[in-house]
Amino acid sequence: MKPAPFEYRRADTREEALSLLAEHGEDAEILAGGQSLMPLLAMRLARPAMVIDINRIGGLAGVTEIEDGISVGALTRHREVARDALVARDAPVLAKAVPHIAHHGIRNRGTIGGALSLGDPAAEFPACAVAAGARLVLASAAGTRRIAAADYYLAPFETARGPEDLLVAAEFPADGRGAAVVEAAPRAGDYAIVGLVALARPSGARLRDVELVYFAAGERPNPAPAAAAILAAADDARAALAEAAEAARREVETIATPSASAAVRRHLVGALLGRAVAALFEGARP
Amino acid sequence: MILTEPVAPVTIETTVNGETVRAVVSPRQSLADFLRDDLGLTGTRIGCEHGVCGTCTVVFDGRTARSCLLLAVQADGATIETIEGATRSGRLASLQAAFRARSALQCGFCTAGVLLTAAEVIEEGVSDPTALRHALSGNLCRCTGYQAIVEAIAKVAAGTPHD
Ligand SMILES: Cc1cc2nc3c(=O)[nH]c(=O)nc-3n(C[C@H](O)[C@H](O)[C@H](O)COP(=O)(O)OP(=O)(O)OC[C@H]3O[C@@H](n4cnc5c(N)ncnc54)[C@H](O)[C@@H]3O)c2cc1C
Ligand code: FES
Ligand code: FES
Repeated sequence: MKPAPFEYRRADTREEALSLLAEHGEDAEILAGGQSLMPLLAMRLARPAMVIDINRIGGLAGVTEIEDGISVGALTRHREVARDALVARDAPVLAKAVPHIAHHGIRNRGTIGGALSLGDPAAEFPACAVAAGARLVLASAAGTRRIAAADYYLAPFETARGPEDLLVAAEFPADGRGAAVVEAAPRAGDYAIVGLVALARPSGARLRDVELVYFAAGERPNPAPAAAAILAAADDARAALAEAAEAARREVETIATPSASAAVRRHLVGALLGRAVAALFEGARP
Repeated sequence: MILTEPVAPVTIETTVNGETVRAVVSPRQSLADFLRDDLGLTGTRIGCEHGVCGTCTVVFDGRTARSCLLLAVQADGATIETIEGATRSGRLASLQAAFRARSALQCGFCTAGVLLTAAEVIEEGVSDPTALRHALSGNLCRCTGYQAIVEAIAKVAAGTPHD
């Protein structure tokens, strides 16, 4: 379990990282928290000629206010995302996701930029970003562009990021809705077999402005707009659960893996909807 | 492009258990291998080498991290504490005594990682046994069945290590 040889470059500034990426991007991997890249190197599933360490770049970590919400710097560690006051105010769904992500020591190092860039269909943050309508900010030597999270995830471990791009931040429009992240996983911290990010405004027995995005069910974050519309239209969201779960089972793609068949995943898609709705009402209790 | 040539080694300067260390490392060498093979700090164990087991846990710039998921070159300019340093400083003493009293270890392979993680989690104010179990989910133990580990840590977290 030793990585193949590679050249190591530490970028101390953003400009340095961008010029290294412009020159070597095709053959390089960016090293952020290393909590996914290092296992990939050890197993030789990734074999870059160069590793570009971005950990010492100033200004890439932390959360700042922007016009319509917050910008979460790519190097913000999972642990800090969970504790940040601006995240709690504008994108509480991220803080709800963190306890589900890996384990204590891994959350100390892993970064939101790494988790968003990897494109693991079982990861929590990409689904949160899609549900919350986040914009991913990509910088390259040619300039900066923004891509909606919904357009970013193309296939497992494949994103719209070009080899010369550095993800510098994810921008979250302020979202006052309640948030729930629920998942079925073998143990606390394990990757989900199926997970669900749900955003909604509970009011009485109703749920308004419902957004549902599944993860680990299929090959990318899977929105479930039909199920969301059924819940949002109901006078009593709980009474509409069976119908909404049926719609979700129909519209969400489910894959078979060694850990679960497509049928098990389909079952979980329905079951998790009930847990998410319960959590949304629970979160709204005074 | 795949590199087949050996890559030039890199000189690093790092602080390990309070001492400044200058060393020459290969870019692909993990911090875990550096601590064990180059510095002889074999209290840091290597179980899985891909982030799953937690036996290689050290304190890196003030927070616990898996040393198999860090490169030795990343230690340049960083401060590292291993189980040897944490033991010498005495900051693990009550946890170690509780582990001894409750036989919370058998072979001891997982123990360094468990102790360093537990100390950090207790410092953060976690004391509820279920929360402690979750906080330790990233440290695998093949011997004890966890019950004694969680009990020992919960006692120290509750401030009653001798009960
Ligand atoms: C045992 C274990 C369990 C885990 N469980 C979970 C889990 O349940 N859920 C989950 O979501 N994750 C899980 N993870 C992964 C963890 O959350 C990682 O931290 C995360 O996926 C990647 O973040 P990183 O900062 O460590 O990225 P790295 O490992 O450094 O990088 C990952 C990839 O993203 C690229 N990259 C990193 N940063 C940038 C950037 N700024 N711009 C462009 N590209 C970039 C890298 O080149 C690399 O290809 C687990 C990891 C382990 C070891
Ligand atoms: S050896 Fe590092 S986590 Fe297993
Ligand atoms: S005591 Fe043997 S692995 Fe934990």
